[in-house]
Amino acid sequence: MVNRPLEYDYTIAKMFMLTTILLGIVGMLIGVILAFQLAFPNFNLILGEGLAEYTNFSRLRPLHTDAVIFGFTLSGVFATWYYVGQRVLKVSMAESRLLMFLGKLHFWLYIVVVAAVVVSLLAGVTTSKEYAEFEWPIDIAVVLVWVIFGASIFGLIGIRREKSLYISVWYYIATFLGIAMLYLFNNMEIPTMFATSAAGESGIGSWYHSVSMYSGTNDALVQWWYGHNAVAFGFTVPIVAMIYYFLPKESGQAIYSYKLSLLSFWGLMFVYLWAGGHHLLYSTVPDWMQTMGSIFSVILILPSWGSAINMLLTMKGEWQQVAASPLIKFMILASTFYMFSTLEGPIQAIKSVNAIAHFTDWIIGHVHDGVLGWVGFMIMAALYHMAPRVFKREIYSKSLMAAQFWIQTLGVVLYFTSMWIAGITQGMMWRAHDEFGNLAYSFIDTVTVLHPYYTIRGVGGLLYLVGFLMFAYNIYKTMSARPVEEHELQNASPMGA
Amino acid sequence: MFHWLEKHPFFFAVGVFLVISFAGLIEILPNFAQASRPVIGTAPYSTLELAGRHVYIKNSCNACHSQLIRPFKSETDRYGHYSLSGEYAYDRPFLWGSKRTGPDLMRVGNYRTTDWHENHMKNPPSVVPGSVMPAFRWLFTNKADINTAFAEQLTVAQHFSVPYNQPVPMKDGTTKVVKMGSSIADANAIALQEAKVIAADMRDQDVKDAVARGEIPEIVALIAYLNSLK
Repeated sequence: MVNRPLEYDYTIAKMFMLTTILLGIVGMLIGVILAFQLAFPNFNLILGEGLAEYTNFSRLRPLHTDAVIFGFTLSGVFATWYYVGQRVLKVSMAESRLLMFLGKLHFWLYIVVVAAVVVSLLAGVTTSKEYAEFEWPIDIAVVLVWVIFGASIFGLIGIRREKSLYISVWYYIATFLGIAMLYLFNNMEIPTMFATSAAGESGIGSWYHSVSMYSGTNDALVQWWYGHNAVAFGFTVPIVAMIYYFLPKESGQAIYSYKLSLLSFWGLMFVYLWAGGHHLLYSTVPDWMQTMGSIFSVILILPSWGSAINMLLTMKGEWQQVAASPLIKFMILASTFYMFSTLEGPIQAIKSVNAIAHFTDWIIGHVHDGVLGWVGFMIMAALYHMAPRVFKREIYSKSLMAAQFWIQTLGVVLYFTSMWIAGITQGMMWRAHDEFGNLAYSFIDTVTVLHPYYTIRGVGGLLYLVGFLMFAYNIYKTMSARPVEEHELQNASPMGA
Repeated sequence: MFHWLEKHPFFFAVGVFLVISFAGLIEILPNFAQASRPVIGTAPYSTLELAGRHVYIKNSCNACHSQLIRPFKSETDRYGHYSLSGEYAYDRPFLWGSKRTGPDLMRVGNYRTTDWHENHMKNPPSVVPGSVMPAFRWLFTNKADINTAFAEQLTVAQHFSVPYNQPVPMKDGTTKVVKMGSSIADANAIALQEAKVIAADMRDQDVKDAVARGEIPEIVALIAYLNSLK
């Protein structure tokens, strides 16, 4: 038998790459609009008084978070899975008609769900639980998409040639299991249309309305167990999967330590789930849970920094690559921001710090240095690495890439610094008392003082969006302007395809 | 062991699942029954209040306003007594929020009035100069969905034993009965009765006329809900 390289099938990966870019633009554009709405309330009327109901901050806000989390990030996760999965398992999707069918079904059902989400959130159909706003019919569709994704992962694993699962595959499996468990339990709800009145009437009211299975404090507990860990299994785990594959591939360096990756993987799995309680400090959940949430958030530094250090040390002795390659820059900056936000989070989870930070813009700053710095940069890096290989064309412009890198870095820095100052100012002003023990400021004083920081944040977000548009343009030109190479492009890696 | 797991995906997945489900079992389960017990003085929402709560959720008011007063002097000075678990017993879903762009609303019914809310929704800076809150003018023309609120009452009464049409103990030793309609028409009549009380305190003539005609604009339901937050 001739020993020739496998021809991988990137059909599904390409489709999800496009949605990553498209939904990234949508999510970030809405984010910029929201930022300016807070600085200049007239931005709420961006499409005029007649459409104010749909362009209002309160309708766009859930759309922004969901577009970035479930649109941009998840598409990125799917796109990389359909690329990385085949390569590390040494099997092509084209070998199985069932897998190709599942992949396509996965994509198109996902598109249907995205469309339903956009329409329903703009119409104000929401359960109000953050990042779980969808009503029950959409929830069922989401679960279906997720089950197909799982079938596709385990299907590919089932026909693999490489016996041992590469680290990235561990993380993709964990992503699937984690989100499945969290999403199901947090969205337990009863549709109200099945209720019957004393007069025997049923099918009353909106058919899509539902009521949560949990009430008050319990609902909050389940929601933040979900909310925090959706960050874990949507923003941390799959992005770690990406960097474990793409950084060694792009740099040609083997991962620094296998033992460290073992420790950080199983550590992350065990520790992360306890930390959701830090969203509920000083609330009505029992004290011991708050304390557990706080302590485990601090312990979480260990597995998080374990992965990040493992990545940074992968570049040991090869740091000249960071200067030479814009793509390596993206990945190293992503790892650095990962370390940064996984240090900032535990600091905010310390009870005394949380007393000031909670409910303020500092939290928004923390989220965004994670999402823009870590998730955004890593997904863009992954797509930049994949593009030449799936489209069989060189990247259109390396200098455009470098320019984009610096514009976006400036954007992120403006974003989190302005939000730090805004958040701490807000937190300190809320609690300030004068010498007679009366409140020093009325609430509106703490709002108007933030105007300059809100404006800076808007500018920071705009810079990031501009950079993202440059990224989209660069990928578009790569797809269309460059001549097709005869063979799939290979990298300098000694590790084999 | 780890090398073995990496070659056996099924057992690997089982291992991951066991490890990630551990924390949830320990943290969430023990307190579940206790946290859902109402404190004295907490009554279920009336049909109109529930419809107003739906308007509140529909417009994501919780994106900017919290409903959770923390046990700090600055917060109890500003908003009132700190929150107790049992006060949320009938809140499905909870509306604690995660960001305060505006002030907390957990006890807003104690210090804001119907006409204040009316002006605030129409043009926020007119009552709070410097406010970054947008106007919510469509609330004055959209109609509240009383039927869905009624369906929700029926559902929670049946599945979660929420005490409608039963006496609920109040703090002053008396009891209160929150009525739930026996039919759709009945529920709408009860809601309209309550809406008339709210509309009497409002200035907007169109809203008054609508209520007189038997319609309930969203703003009326929302104010009924906000007034109930005490």
